[in-house]
Amino acid sequence: MDQIRESLLKTSVATKKERFGKTITMAALILIGLVVISIFYFVASKGLATFFTDKINFWDFMTGKTWNPSTNGSNGKPQVGALPMITGSFMITVLSAIVATPFAIGTAIFMTEISPKYGAKILQPVIELLVGIPSVVYGFIGLTVVVPFIRSIFGGSGFGVLSGTVVLFVMILPTVTSMTVDTLRSVPQYYRESALAIGATQWQAIYKVILRAATPGILTAIVFGMARAFGEALAVQMVVGNAAIMPQNLTSPASTLTSILTMGIGNTVMGSMQNDVLWTLALILLVMSLIFNIIIRLIGKKGELK
Amino acid sequence: MTSSILTTENVKLYYGDKEALHDINLSFPEKGITALIGPSGSGKSTYIRAINRMHDLTDGVTVTGNFMFKGKNIYAPTTDTVALRKEIGMVFQQPNPFPFSVYDNVAFGLRIAGEKNKAVIDEKVEKALKQAAVWDEVKDVLNKSALSLSGGQQQRVSIARTLAVSPDILLLDEPTSALDPVSSHKIEETLMNIRNDYTIIIVTHNMSQASRISDRTAFFMDGNLIEISPTKELFTEPKEQATQDYISGRFG
Ligand SMILES: Nc1ncnc2c1ncn2[C@@H]1O[C@H](COP(=O)(O)OP(=O)(O)OP(=O)(O)O)[C@@H](O)[C@H]1O
Ligand SMILES: [Mg+2]
Repeated sequence: MDQIRESLLKTSVATKKERFGKTITMAALILIGLVVISIFYFVASKGLATFFTDKINFWDFMTGKTWNPSTNGSNGKPQVGALPMITGSFMITVLSAIVATPFAIGTAIFMTEISPKYGAKILQPVIELLVGIPSVVYGFIGLTVVVPFIRSIFGGSGFGVLSGTVVLFVMILPTVTSMTVDTLRSVPQYYRESALAIGATQWQAIYKVILRAATPGILTAIVFGMARAFGEALAVQMVVGNAAIMPQNLTSPASTLTSILTMGIGNTVMGSMQNDVLWTLALILLVMSLIFNIIIRLIGKKGELK
Repeated sequence: MTSSILTTENVKLYYGDKEALHDINLSFPEKGITALIGPSGSGKSTYIRAINRMHDLTDGVTVTGNFMFKGKNIYAPTTDTVALRKEIGMVFQQPNPFPFSVYDNVAFGLRIAGEKNKAVIDEKVEKALKQAAVWDEVKDVLNKSALSLSGGQQQRVSIARTLAVSPDILLLDEPTSALDPVSSHKIEETLMNIRNDYTIIIVTHNMSQASRISDRTAFFMDGNLIEISPTKELFTEPKEQATQDYISGRFG
């Protein structure tokens, strides 16, 4: 009797193991949480210093068209208008997503619906390979192939939003495609069968049922691609021209938040206004990636509700 | 046999090299319900999927034999499978409405067939839902997602979706096996409702269901058709020992 009681009151080995496991996972969780919080805190405190310490007006910063932090303008204030980079980033992101989407959906439909065998054997590995290629390689190809090509067709230097769009299109295409493929594969087989079983053609089954069922997933894939495009630095920097001016047209040199950030960060002194404004650009990037994340979440939620 | 709408002769079906159906001969008179029963893996699903050429979607399936539907050869190279499946509709085991509204589900077949007239669609949707005995339950939620309905309602909406295109033959593969008894009973009512308008072929594991609703019952085993008889006869005085064993629960 006493023995039983004792063994009941004593913590068993299994319980101890469980506690140990829980402690480790909790520790990992707390560590990651701390890292995320400190990144946010660091970027935000630095980025906001532009407005609070250096007394630069928020709206002037967001809407100003001249970026020249080292000199003061005619009004005696530093010329830190970030609109050219914000515009460049959004243009390149949206354009590359617009171009990539139809290609991604088309390829994904081919791989899952039209020729699953060929798709799984040949296209799948190719796409996985493309996803893994480092962005500097894309940038390098952009620099040596795309830029001269655009120069020869449209004149000018060849650097600009168009080149950036082409490079980013190629870069995000595999990501968006493979996510779209996953989504299409997860559409239950019985949707296909029951569409065909009441006299739909294969094409009708695809675009009336399968694509419709997969819409939330496809949107997520596109937003994911946009998030990647928005945050890409290296490849874009190599082909966009890095002129911090409003893009006049698609083939004139332009810049993005990331390209100005990476170009400038080594040339400024920590704590100076010139350095703070770069942190503000980083803060904008961070906030944008947060927004992309939220959009993806919302799409996911909406998809579940159906 | 009087005017068969569908006859199948010497049907053999291979999954790769494996013969899954061995020389099936079965024909179906117009209207009424034929039940297919038999142990798991006996080839019931394989057989009915051959009727509307669903096996076309799977690689490595070979079908031989004669399938004559209203005097036309189902497997002729010239057969338009899309048109064929409008005439031979199919309902599956899992209730599987599309992730659209109830209305859009039932209207789906009409719309893809090119029907644009809203009034016609409205009328046919209502008729199909009534035939499927689910109208009263869904008439107020036609614009809600069909996936928000109960499983039994979803299955009846799936049946309505198939009925809306007015097929001649309705194939059902264990339509009630994923449902509770009450919902199953409603599906049975639905089928009784439409037995005089459609030729219905239903696969079921539920022998009392077969005996309740069908006019004829076919017993399959190991890819063979063992016997087909009027339902009452098959359950009371089966011709074959194997049938006797199966219905008395000795195997399967
Ligand atoms: N896609 C397939 N590839 C290979 N073999 C298959 C395939 N589908 C079915 N079979 C085989 O064909 C035989 C008949 O299967 P079928 O699904 O027609 O049986 P069933 O009578 O419908 O059984 P159940 O009552 O379990 O649904 C089984 O031996 C099964 O393993
Ligand atoms: Mg089956």
